[in-house]
Amino acid sequence: MWEYTDKVKEHFLNPRNVGELKDANAVGETGSLSCGDALKLFLKVNENERIIEASFMTFGCASAVASSSALTEIIKGMTLSEAEKITNDDIADFLGGLPKEKMHCSVMGQAALKKAIADYRGIQILEKPGEIVCECFEVTDLEIIDAVKKNNLETTEDVTNYLKAGGGCGNCLERIEEIIESVKVN
Amino acid sequence: MKIIYADNNATTKVADEVIKQMLPYFGEYYGNPSSMHTFGGNVDKKIVQARQGVADLINADPGEIVFTSCGTESDNSAVYAALAANPEKKHIITSNVEHPAINNLCKHLVKTKGYEVTFVPVDKKGMLDMDILYNAMSDNTALITLMWANNETGVIFPIEEIGKKANEKGILFHTDAVQAAGKVPIDVKAAGVDMLSMSGHKIHAPKGIGILYIKNNLKFSPFLIGGHQEKGRRGGTENTVSIIGLGKACEMAKEHLNEMDTRVRNMRDYLENQLLEKIPACSVNGDKDLRLPNTLSIGFDAVEGESILLLLDQEGICASSGSACTSGSLDPSHVLMAMEVPLKSAHGSIRFSLSFYNTQEEMDIIIKTMVSVIQRLRDMSPFWKDGKMV
Repeated sequence: MWEYTDKVKEHFLNPRNVGELKDANAVGETGSLSCGDALKLFLKVNENERIIEASFMTFGCASAVASSSALTEIIKGMTLSEAEKITNDDIADFLGGLPKEKMHCSVMGQAALKKAIADYRGIQILEKPGEIVCECFEVTDLEIIDAVKKNNLETTEDVTNYLKAGGGCGNCLERIEEIIESVKVN
Repeated sequence: MKIIYADNNATTKVADEVIKQMLPYFGEYYGNPSSMHTFGGNVDKKIVQARQGVADLINADPGEIVFTSCGTESDNSAVYAALAANPEKKHIITSNVEHPAINNLCKHLVKTKGYEVTFVPVDKKGMLDMDILYNAMSDNTALITLMWANNETGVIFPIEEIGKKANEKGILFHTDAVQAAGKVPIDVKAAGVDMLSMSGHKIHAPKGIGILYIKNNLKFSPFLIGGHQEKGRRGGTENTVSIIGLGKACEMAKEHLNEMDTRVRNMRDYLENQLLEKIPACSVNGDKDLRLPNTLSIGFDAVEGESILLLLDQEGICASSGSACTSGSLDPSHVLMAMEVPLKSAHGSIRFSLSFYNTQEEMDIIIKTMVSVIQRLRDMSPFWKDGKMV
């Protein structure tokens, strides 16, 4: 059943800024077909490093589409340094919240934005630092620690909801639990 | 908005005739069928009649029918009874596309009771690997439990053939016929099954009522221990209202079997062929021939199931999706995964399941809506460009 806010529904049914931006000078892609959702973000950045246009193409559920649409609305008009500060929470807040099992959709938005900014600056995002914990979705220990701290995550389920980690084969669930415990202790 | 209900493998409309039969027993005739007085005894007479109705649908004797609370209870009862009847045997055979009522129960038995379970795999068409199935049968096998037809794809397993083999080897055989009942003919005697589960709400009876067929003279231990009801095979005061409804629903199901095989099958085929013709890059999941006449599972490349469902929902069309985008896993269903349906279409798989209440006009509306919904989602998909997958 629809368990989305009116704003999520509205952005899913009438998404803003859909489609490829022909003269984009920054592109960020995240997710894949096998993950079940993917986002390609297009930005047009002017000489003052201001985002003058943003658009997206998304494969995924309603909240993935709505999160992408929200992201483009949020960042339009921002400078890159302002946009860099956008987090997944900002995207979720803009939409009046997301169901917790859909939080990863907002995380996807943040990740695509980060990649698009790096693309503009000509920085290659090299291999992720840290050690891969979830093989299915390539999530590292550092990412998990970061998410647990920032969002006060308490269970492996929370981690899966935010990062997808542990949501595939489930082999890494014990390790995720250890990480959560270690964050709590520290 | 008018609802087009094409999700009949999830649940069905309670038939008006069924409601009519049930209503007096909610109010006026509230007697307990076990009572000595006539007031209660009259309710018992209705239950006898209902039991006959159920038995007739599957060619069983009325004494072989035990009323339960749902398909899941029937499945659990059957498995535990089989294990209790063969305490020395520690092996179970099932498939890897069963309903959670069997799948999770088997996993639970592995984890907590040390049972060994063979999950027989299926091929790309959803059909059982018969070699693995037959080779797994051993002296240590307490039970074979396999669904008659799959809820997601409608694929029908060769129950009769397996029953024959199980009987030869003296292994108990249970089938979950929750999806098959009322859609294809079921003959428990010809199928050689020892136990069979059925659920009321899939055949236009209410939710909360199921049956377990238990072959005459089979050693059976009850799952719910209590009073003498159901000849001591299932304790608890009878759900009189729903039993009466289920009896009527079974009579109706039997009358509609021919229509399921003709008019409903034709509607399903029409829906399937039109979608395949009008929408590029889509494919049917499961064997097209050995399949329930009402079920269509179809995958669309480069789009995601929940989005399709929610756009259909906007038009009042009820269907369901093959992907469970409710957890971070975003994995397609275990059935589609077991069939190795390619991920490009598994995530965009939709199940339409029809009933004899559906009409041809509704199929036309579904087709028209699907064409525009898929186009709309592909227009925003990064994996779709110039009319094809990228």
